[in-house]
Amino acid sequence: MTFRSPGPDFEHLLRELAPQVLGAVMRRYRDFAASEDAVQESLIAAAKQWARDGIPSSPRGWLIQVALRRMTDHVRSEISRRNREFELAQELPVVVAPVMYSEPEMDPEDALVLLFMCCHPALTPTSAIALTLRAVGGLTTGEVAKAFLVPEATMAQRISRAKQSVKVSQVPFSLPEAPERAQRLGSVMHVLYLIFNEGYTASSGDALNRTDLSGEAIRLTRLLHSLLPSDPEVMGMLALMLLTEARRTARTGPSGELIPLDEQDRSLWDRHLITEGIALVTKAMAHGAVGEYQLQAAIAAVHDEALDVQTTDWPQILALYSVLNRMSDNPMVALNHAVATSMVHGPCAGLALLEPLERDERLSGTHRLDAVRAHLLERAQDWDAAIASYLAAAEKTTNLPERTYLMMRAAHLRDQER
Amino acid sequence: MKFLLMMNTPRGGEYQIMSWPKQDIEAHIAFMMSFAGKLRAAGELVSAEGLAPPSQAKRVRAGEDGRPITDGVFPEAKEFLAGYWIVDVSSLQRACEIAAEASAAPGVGGKQLNMPIEVREVMSAPPNLK
Repeated sequence: MTFRSPGPDFEHLLRELAPQVLGAVMRRYRDFAASEDAVQESLIAAAKQWARDGIPSSPRGWLIQVALRRMTDHVRSEISRRNREFELAQELPVVVAPVMYSEPEMDPEDALVLLFMCCHPALTPTSAIALTLRAVGGLTTGEVAKAFLVPEATMAQRISRAKQSVKVSQVPFSLPEAPERAQRLGSVMHVLYLIFNEGYTASSGDALNRTDLSGEAIRLTRLLHSLLPSDPEVMGMLALMLLTEARRTARTGPSGELIPLDEQDRSLWDRHLITEGIALVTKAMAHGAVGEYQLQAAIAAVHDEALDVQTTDWPQILALYSVLNRMSDNPMVALNHAVATSMVHGPCAGLALLEPLERDERLSGTHRLDAVRAHLLERAQDWDAAIASYLAAAEKTTNLPERTYLMMRAAHLRDQER
Repeated sequence: MKFLLMMNTPRGGEYQIMSWPKQDIEAHIAFMMSFAGKLRAAGELVSAEGLAPPSQAKRVRAGEDGRPITDGVFPEAKEFLAGYWIVDVSSLQRACEIAAEASAAPGVGGKQLNMPIEVREVMSAPPNLK
């Protein structure tokens, strides 16, 4: 075998190969839980050995061979365990060890099947996220644990329970049939979007040393897009992620504080991502079947195209939010619709739209409604009410940079009043 | 040796950060961040967390059937835990030095808060588990 020295894309390569290797092993053994463990071990072995000896000429073949060897070991030890337990060796089926092969067949649909499997609706979102990141994303348990700031042992348990659920629910290793497919694709996209959002807002704690979840979500969505290149909603979701990710550097200050859209230094926005995102959403919307992700992406595109808040095409954003608001029953969309309304028709028009939302139970307990009300009251120059709403929002949020931001905003208004 | 450093803040006491002027909040947060950064760089920090406000706290007890019985907010509580650090240091003395540094965090007008920090040693595992 020839080896080349490992470059900077070394880990990237491993992650890219992970679902392909798992697919190949699964087509032989059908045992998802054990195959996934075997692949994880082969990835860890590769990380060690390739760093030392260089990347083999057929990295995928190498990984598959190692994983299959692990599977053979696993099956053998399972058999001898059963033999010891039942002493019925003669009645057990004979398991043939897989032959070694250097050019394993590759089915591009494997990754898609795996995504459907890991995002099965039988799993809770937290389980689906962890399993997807490991089995399709090729992250180690340690890396997944780091992303969610939980101990590695906890994450290992979470993943093994998730695999158990997949096993129990007898999800076949094949693509779901047409009638079920659209709904299942919805679950896959939801899980990928949750991963992206977790990376974008980091729902708890500080951001230091966390695995880059947004980057992972984008990579997996690119994979999904390459597998379903003509699906407009997948295109829309990828566009939405790229257009949001483009603002990442501008979104936080030097000590992690939040910088709202209207105060961001737009020269820091990533033009390449914006161009790619706009091209994608334009192409998606030309398909005709307009979905929620496409609309969200279109809204993000309007923001990303504007030089500043004043020159933003708010009437267009309002029009898009109106369509989105009719399409979905999401109170967050209704909140953003109120904000867009205030930008076009003034803060009082926006505040009027918040009133019915005060009774929406899905928003009670979250800080979002208070935060939006605070901003609109500030713009309506009702300082005292704005300060009270900012502080109410700060009391409710569990995100540290966000709490700091809301507290500062209240303090700023108070300072001006003094 | 591991120690838990608890920042217990009295209700209605000096630590009412939400009502401070903006620059004092900024100074306080900057202090806390560089404090944690220093501990981390020195290899002394195990973890540090700030807690969500007590208005979101719940007190839970198991009912007869084992299900949770939840109490809501506790207006009667005199003080509450605002955050904590777990440090791994060589002596109690070092833990106390760190606690004193945290205690001296700046408050309104940059004046030292000198808030009380409770220092508790974390019990270690029995030798055979180590």
